[in-house]
Amino acid sequence: MAHHVLDMPVTAEQARELRIGDTVTLQRTLYGIRDATLIHMFDRDRRTRLDLNGHAVIHTAPNVHRVEKSAEAPAGFTPFCIGTTTSMRMERFTQKLMEREGVRFIIGKGGMGPATSAAFQQMGGAYLAIVGGAAALETTWIEQIEDVDMEDLLPECLWRFRIRDFGPLLVGMDSHGGSLYEQVQQDVAARRDAILASIGASA
Amino acid sequence: MELQLDEVEKVCSDLYVRALKLLPPDIKAGFGRLMESENNETGRAILGTMVKNIEVAERTRNMLCQDTGIPIYNVTIGRNVSFDGAGLKAAIRRGAERSTKENSLRSSVVHPITRKNEQTSCGIRVPVIHVDFDDSEETVTIEMIPKGSGSENGSFLKMLLPSDGITAVKRFVVDRVIDLGGRVCPPTIVGVGIGGTSDLCMHIAKIAATRPLRTVCSDPEGAKIEEELSRAINELGIGPQGLGGRSTAFAVHVEVAATHITQNPVAVNIQCHSARRATATITPGGIAFN
Repeated sequence: MAHHVLDMPVTAEQARELRIGDTVTLQRTLYGIRDATLIHMFDRDRRTRLDLNGHAVIHTAPNVHRVEKSAEAPAGFTPFCIGTTTSMRMERFTQKLMEREGVRFIIGKGGMGPATSAAFQQMGGAYLAIVGGAAALETTWIEQIEDVDMEDLLPECLWRFRIRDFGPLLVGMDSHGGSLYEQVQQDVAARRDAILASIGASA
Repeated sequence: MELQLDEVEKVCSDLYVRALKLLPPDIKAGFGRLMESENNETGRAILGTMVKNIEVAERTRNMLCQDTGIPIYNVTIGRNVSFDGAGLKAAIRRGAERSTKENSLRSSVVHPITRKNEQTSCGIRVPVIHVDFDDSEETVTIEMIPKGSGSENGSFLKMLLPSDGITAVKRFVVDRVIDLGGRVCPPTIVGVGIGGTSDLCMHIAKIAATRPLRTVCSDPEGAKIEEELSRAINELGIGPQGLGGRSTAFAVHVEVAATHITQNPVAVNIQCHSARRATATITPGGIAFN
C-alpha cells in the first residue's frame, strides 16, 4: 500500500504504477466534469479548447461566486463549495474520455463498472475514490478556478482548478483489473442468503 | 395569529442555507455511534473524513456538501393560525429563490425535458411543498430538506402481490441496498414505505428517510421490521462509501400506510450521510430556529 504524490499531468506508465489500496495526493491541476459536460462532448461532439491530456477529471458541479476577472480569478469565478458526485452515471463515457482526450484518472465516489475497468487496462488509468459529501474539506484543497469552458452549461461546465495537496485519495480501481468495489460486492453477495434467512426473508 | 408572508419568505430563505451548513445533532450523534462500532480500517478512515468535514464546514461556514439538492419544505400549521394559502406557497418559493441568489448557491434544478436551469433552485412544482395541520395553537413549523440526489437516485417502488407476503418486502429492501452499494453515499438512512397507494408508498418512504435518528415507527409491526432490517443491512459489509465495513446505514426507518386488499407495495428512498434538514417555528413570540 504505497502513497504517491503526483504532479499533474502524468503518463500512462505512471498511471499503471498505481494499485488498488494505494493512496494518492495530486498537485497542480485538476479538471471538473459532469453529466451534461460529457453528454455535450461525446453525444453532441462538442470540442473543448482545454487540454485534458494526461490529467485527472473529478465528477463535480461546483458552487461558485461570479466575480470580476482578475489575477486571483482569471476565469471570473471563485470557488465556494466544491464536492464530488456519484460516478456510475457517467460509466459509458470513460472509454471516449481516455481515447479522445487522453484523460488518465477519474476522481469520484461510489466506484465505476466493467467498461471503465476495461478502459483503464487498455490505456492506463485509475479511479481515485474521494469521500462523497465531504465538500467543505475538499474545497480547502482547491486554490483557484483557472479556466472554464462550456460556460452555458453552468454549473456543469468544464472547469480547470489549481489544486494543492489534493487528497489523500484511495485507488479504488487500477490498470490491472483490480477494483475494491467489486471485491466488496463479491463479499456482500456471499453473505446475502444467510442474512436474508436470519430475518425470515429467504426466497 | 396571522401568518406574515414576508416573514415566511425570509425564514424559508434562511432555512435553506442553514440546512446546507449545519448538520442536525441526531446525525452527528449517529456518526459517534458508527465510529465506535466500525472495525474496518478503510471504513474508519472514511467516517473520520466525514466527521472532519463537519468540523471544517462549521469552522469555515461552508456548506457540508456541494449538492444543494431539490428543496423540500414541510409546513405544519396549528389550529389558531390564519393565513393566505396561495400566498404561503408563493412566499416559500420566493424564499428558495432568494436564498439561491443571495448565498450564491448552485441551482441544481432543471426542466425535465429541456434540461434548462433557471438558476433559481426552482421550476415546475419545485420547491416541493407539503402542508399539514396539527393541534398546536398559534404555531407554524417549517422544516426544510435539501434532498441530495446521489441518494435520491436510490429510489424504488414495487407493487408486490399479497401472496408475496412481508418476506418479499424485506428481501426487496435488502436487495436494493446491495444493488446501490456505494453510489448513495453510505452510511445512509434507508427509508422504507410499506403499504398505501403507489404515490403514498413513496411519500412515506421519504418521510422515513428524513426522520431523525433514534425515532421509531409509530406502528408496532413497522417498528419490528425496521429493527430487523437495520441489523441485517449492517451485516452486509457494504460500509462507508461502498468500500467495506459495518457502517452501511445509520438505520433503516419504516413508515406504514393501510393498503388495498389486492396490493402489497414497498418503496425505498435513501438519505445519504449528509442528512441535512433545518426547522423553524413561528409563534406570536417570534421565530426560533432549531
